[in-house]
Amino acid sequence: MKRGSWSFPYFIFLLIFVVLPLALIFLYAFQDAEGNFTLKNFSKFISSPEAANTFVYSIGVAIITTVLCILLGYPAAYILSNSELCRSKVMVVLFILPMWINILVRTLATVALFDFLRLPLGEGALIFGMVYNFLPFMIYPIYNTLQKMDHSYIEAAQDLGASPMTVFTKVVAPLSMPGVMSGVMMVFMPTISTFAIAELLTMNNIKLFGTTIQENINNGMWNYGAALSLIMLVIIFATNLFSDSEEQTNNEGII
Amino acid sequence: MNNSNFIIELSHISKSFGEKVVLDDVSLYVKKGEFVTILGPSGCGKTTLLRILAGFGTADEGEIKIGGADITNVPPHERPVNTVFQRYALFPHLNVYDNIAFGLKLKKVKEDEIETRVRKALKMVGMTDYEWRDVNSLSGGQQQRVAIARAIINRPQVLLLDEPLAALDLKMRKDMQMELKEMHKTLGITFVYVTHDQEEALTLSDTIVVMSEGKVQQIGTPIDIYNEPKNSFVADFIGESNILNGTMVKDKLVRFMGQEFECVDKGMGENAPVDVVIRPEDVYIMAKTDSGMFEGVVQSCIFKGVHYEMLVTTPNGYEIMIQDYNAFEVGQQVSMIIKPSDIHVMQKERICNTFEGSMIDSTHVEIMGKEFVCNEQVGIEGGEKVEVEVAFDKVELMDNKEDGTMVGDVRFILYKGDHYHLTIRTENGSNLYVDTHDVWDDRDIVGIKIQPEDIKIKRV
Repeated sequence: MKRGSWSFPYFIFLLIFVVLPLALIFLYAFQDAEGNFTLKNFSKFISSPEAANTFVYSIGVAIITTVLCILLGYPAAYILSNSELCRSKVMVVLFILPMWINILVRTLATVALFDFLRLPLGEGALIFGMVYNFLPFMIYPIYNTLQKMDHSYIEAAQDLGASPMTVFTKVVAPLSMPGVMSGVMMVFMPTISTFAIAELLTMNNIKLFGTTIQENINNGMWNYGAALSLIMLVIIFATNLFSDSEEQTNNEGII
Repeated sequence: MNNSNFIIELSHISKSFGEKVVLDDVSLYVKKGEFVTILGPSGCGKTTLLRILAGFGTADEGEIKIGGADITNVPPHERPVNTVFQRYALFPHLNVYDNIAFGLKLKKVKEDEIETRVRKALKMVGMTDYEWRDVNSLSGGQQQRVAIARAIINRPQVLLLDEPLAALDLKMRKDMQMELKEMHKTLGITFVYVTHDQEEALTLSDTIVVMSEGKVQQIGTPIDIYNEPKNSFVADFIGESNILNGTMVKDKLVRFMGQEFECVDKGMGENAPVDVVIRPEDVYIMAKTDSGMFEGVVQSCIFKGVHYEMLVTTPNGYEIMIQDYNAFEVGQQVSMIIKPSDIHVMQKERICNTFEGSMIDSTHVEIMGKEFVCNEQVGIEGGEKVEVEVAFDKVELMDNKEDGTMVGDVRFILYKGDHYHLTIRTENGSNLYVDTHDVWDDRDIVGIKIQPEDIKIKRV
């Protein structure tokens, strides 16, 4: 058997579970309930302030989450990759550990924690939950690029007269950008589409875009839901392109 | 010592990584403008020494001065040195120009001056017009040139080079050697160069520092090091050599290979055990004649380009390496002559293994952290400190390490014409010297055994 034919089952799998659903989303988005071609779904999105607002709000939340993840995750990754104490990888595992627990369980636990501490659920809790859930996805790729970075670059910079601060800004930071980019991809994209965290941590008071899509599809508005999904896909695709052009090697940092 | 003469003063530098002693009381003084090469096999501590000089590592003990100023605790970015790294370490996110300008930009040199100096540096390394190239698109040799330009543009007092040519192919390496030497002359900066390649060291340097096992073995000009090696390690490491056991009968007369030879060395006392070094090119070989000093049979003959390399066995079993422009057939009877001035005699560093030990009871002694059985000692009590001697050829080595009293690994092998002289590093880090006819390889793990009657015990 030729090696090429081994990929056949995967090809079928991708066709049925990825390509076909995408094609259906595309098809439904441009149809009305009776199956006629229409652009009404998109004009409804643009004209309805509620959906558009949710959309903008979701992107805002995603940006805030991503920025917070970078601010918290980068130093963490930096310390992990440098500290003698962390050579054993125990610390890394501790940071990654929450990823082993189901996201819903983690979020429910967060709700319980907020209740216990008598903190109000809402916007703050939402951001906290998002950052808490997605931080490992930021730390790990950055940690990986920093860990793999040739130490001689740092020594070369010191040798040429760079103080520790300059070494960081001129060498370490630019060289770790691929990791940051991977982290951004892995945090920003899922946060746009998430809905469980928002539902649980805000008692369903704040709707994110993912929630809107889910509600529409649950209520049988398949065509409108598909159009919203398509809009989200386009946005995700755009961020993907943007970060691709920024760094050719963004996949380097993932594993 | 007049301080102003030396640009680099390394005094009594010691460094250990955990249990392993990497540098053991190393002192080195370098004159301004000198081209100094630190030469030694891998793991001898030469790179560690360079890193301590650059500031990437700290010495456990000792003092470093550059230009008279104590820089022992000065961080690398404030030291007046620049380094050319073995793996180049060019910044992959910057192009050639920005890599070279890195140091000057940090010093806030004016943009137009940076530009002139970058162009000058590029011209110096023969890389004009490469400014805007991506460093990843350059070949190894080109990257190394950029790395050199990046270092010399800062006009350091001292340029450190860590095996800069090791990753290049032979032809490129030869070309770069010549260019480096030329550069050294033009710039007038002090170069400290680290290499394991003895030929490179001989070609480039004003002064060579031979290192082994964390210690300086010899410091001298290439000619001194080659012609007057201080000990058998240096003789073996620099160039090819025949190293034989000998006895200094009296001044200017040495006995080895079972006969007496005239030599030029003196002052070692009568009947002193010595090492005799003869370079293979210094042995004159001819078809069998009565006027030869000794005879032999050709065992092998290999063409080496300029000369032939032959192994000749003498009737009493010594094997001598000879290099000559003329080839002699394998099996041919030949005669040899060695000029007195070509016989280099070195005082032996030791004539047997000596250890500090302590008696456990009358038939057991502890040496090198292990218990050995010895002949019954009368009048020495348990716990008493003793001096223990073991002859080189009385140490038994065995393949199966469980069979020995202790375990060691082979660190250095010296062929002595009719036997091997091995340096064995034992479990507790002490050195054991062994004469053997068996062939062992570097880093072989061996079991070590000593017969009770061969352990000579003396009271301290």
